[in-house]
Amino acid sequence: MGASVWLPLSVLALPFVAFVLLAVVAPLRRAGRPAGLVSIVAMALAFAAAVTVWTRGLVVEATWTWLPADGGPIASVGLLVDSLSTAMLVLVTLVSLLVQVYSLAYLHDEPPASLGRYYTYQSLFAFSMLGLVLAPGFLQMFMFWELVGLCSYLLIGYWYDRPAAARAAVKAFWITKLGDVGFIVGIVLLWAATGTFEFTELFEKAQAVSGLPLIMFLIYLGAVGKSAQFPLHVWLPDAMEGPTPVSALIHAATMVTAGVFMVTRAEPLFALVPEVLTLIAWVGAFTALLAATMACVEGDIKRVLAYSTVSQLGYMMAAAGAGAAQAGFLHLLTHGLFKALLFLAAGAVIHAVGTNDVFRMGGLFRAMPQTGIVFIVGTLALAGVPPLAGFFSKEAVLGGVWEAHLTGPFLMLALTALLTAFYMFRVVFIAFFGRAHAAGHPHEAPWLMRGPLWILALLTVLVGISLALGGVEGPEESPGWLAPLSVGLALVGFLLAWAMYQRGAIAPARVAAALAPLDYMARRRYGLDALYGGLYRGLMLGFSRLVGWVDRYLVDGLLNVLSALTLRGGHRLRAIQSGRAQDYVYGVAFGVLLLFVWAQLWR
Amino acid sequence: MIGLSAYLTLAALVFSIGLFGVLTRRNAIGILLGIELMLNAVNINLVAFARFSGNVTGLVFTLFTISITVAEVAVGLAIVIAIFRVRRTVEADRLDLLRG
Repeated sequence: MGASVWLPLSVLALPFVAFVLLAVVAPLRRAGRPAGLVSIVAMALAFAAAVTVWTRGLVVEATWTWLPADGGPIASVGLLVDSLSTAMLVLVTLVSLLVQVYSLAYLHDEPPASLGRYYTYQSLFAFSMLGLVLAPGFLQMFMFWELVGLCSYLLIGYWYDRPAAARAAVKAFWITKLGDVGFIVGIVLLWAATGTFEFTELFEKAQAVSGLPLIMFLIYLGAVGKSAQFPLHVWLPDAMEGPTPVSALIHAATMVTAGVFMVTRAEPLFALVPEVLTLIAWVGAFTALLAATMACVEGDIKRVLAYSTVSQLGYMMAAAGAGAAQAGFLHLLTHGLFKALLFLAAGAVIHAVGTNDVFRMGGLFRAMPQTGIVFIVGTLALAGVPPLAGFFSKEAVLGGVWEAHLTGPFLMLALTALLTAFYMFRVVFIAFFGRAHAAGHPHEAPWLMRGPLWILALLTVLVGISLALGGVEGPEESPGWLAPLSVGLALVGFLLAWAMYQRGAIAPARVAAALAPLDYMARRRYGLDALYGGLYRGLMLGFSRLVGWVDRYLVDGLLNVLSALTLRGGHRLRAIQSGRAQDYVYGVAFGVLLLFVWAQLWR
Repeated sequence: MIGLSAYLTLAALVFSIGLFGVLTRRNAIGILLGIELMLNAVNINLVAFARFSGNVTGLVFTLFTISITVAEVAVGLAIVIAIFRVRRTVEADRLDLLRG
């Protein structure tokens, strides 16, 4: 094995070593901050290795036999390094590193043992996510897919003594599992048809597979769960119960994009099934719009960002469904940067004010100008204002969807772009410029938190500028009117937010009254949570009650009857045990007599 | 000449009387006496068989049985005395500690 294998392998191995070290050496883990340092150093080295892989432009495909069997291995594990996974490697290691540094300050007040646990999970997550990204086949991808799901569960439930966090963790785990069932069934069906899990082999053999649309739909279900697509998006807003850095890393920048990454990675397979692609595009666009409307009425700053993440994931999926997976992937990368930035900035605000509610913030720009500036940079990028990173990727997505002649999804995405600008500037105006003032004395975050923020903000700008200079590598040129349209939509959204929340020219209450049905529905999350809750209570609890009845009355009843019979039988038989030796001798004599009779008559 | 079956009939009678005693006597000492009768019925059998088959083994065996019976009676009476000391009675019907 040459350096070309060792380098990406070390990116994968470093977080794993950190995880094992922290998991096995209990005193180190319980020490808290030293554990964090171990994790951060491993992450920094992994980041350096990832950057080296990137700058060298390595392309590696290495597999090792796993599960050997007659007639070739059933499965293999390995590394697949190409431009796609390299970009993800850099993104994952970079955001992980920054988030881990940031967490050191953000979770300053945690007990050391908890902090060590946090970093153990963080290292495991980094390892899992990198393994997912590097997977050369569906099987390995699925295993790491489940591992990141586990880490997500553990980190959402980090404050497990809070009932809301514990509930949210379980909810996230179960709802993503719903999609994962489809995913693994699809993988196994594909394997049954072709005999391989490897992507490169699948791309050659998939053409001949019958029933491919169903298989690809099942695989897509995995992405629906993981990337929070309608109707399985309900777990992501609740996942905000975890610490804010976790939300930034897992539930914005990396893990939730795994679905998009998977669809991009398996794009040649999806390209064979246009009907599934169309479905992906429609569902993605619908998710984008639905989540954006919910973000407009949300008052919790983290939840606004969570809905925004769902919405942007819908964007990426719509692009993938329109056959412009590269555009969707570009949006994944840029979104990973500025959404992590927004979350971390929101974390700094929450850290300073001690509440998630934007209506209890206000005038924060004066108290914490640096956080304000980076938050606005992130907002501009998310709203799609040139020359920031989000503008180009969003335009590429819109262009891709337009080129695919998907007018419905295009209109939904355009409306989403407007709403995106609206709800983000709504938060900016209320929290940073509003007339109301936050309670207490909010102050700028410590430099350990500000550093990552500035780095991400700088990268958001730099990536945008480099994209502006280098042009977007889309599949085809976008129509000329697209850029003005997308900027115009962002501007309209900005002006609306300004008029409603800064100028006070339009009272938000009157808008809500005018759109009363929509407002009502959006505030209740379109009844989806209630629907799932109702389904759960109706079906699951009903079924549980039935099973409980069977157990209580049939199974237990049978045993009760048996034990009652035994007891009663014993009661009757007690009479024989008189305790008098003579009675027993009677028995013996009578028995012997019987034996004599038997011997005489039957022999 | 008296035949073997006469001896065996006598032994069966003695055995049955002994068994009847064991089953019906209330007094523990009476039960012990019944057991003695049953043992002696066996001795009669042994002696009769030895006499009619011309084999002395049965006679020797009977001597052993008699001496062992003595030991058995000694132990049995000792148990009865021990029970009497504790319970102040040797009524077999009232010795029912093992009653279920």
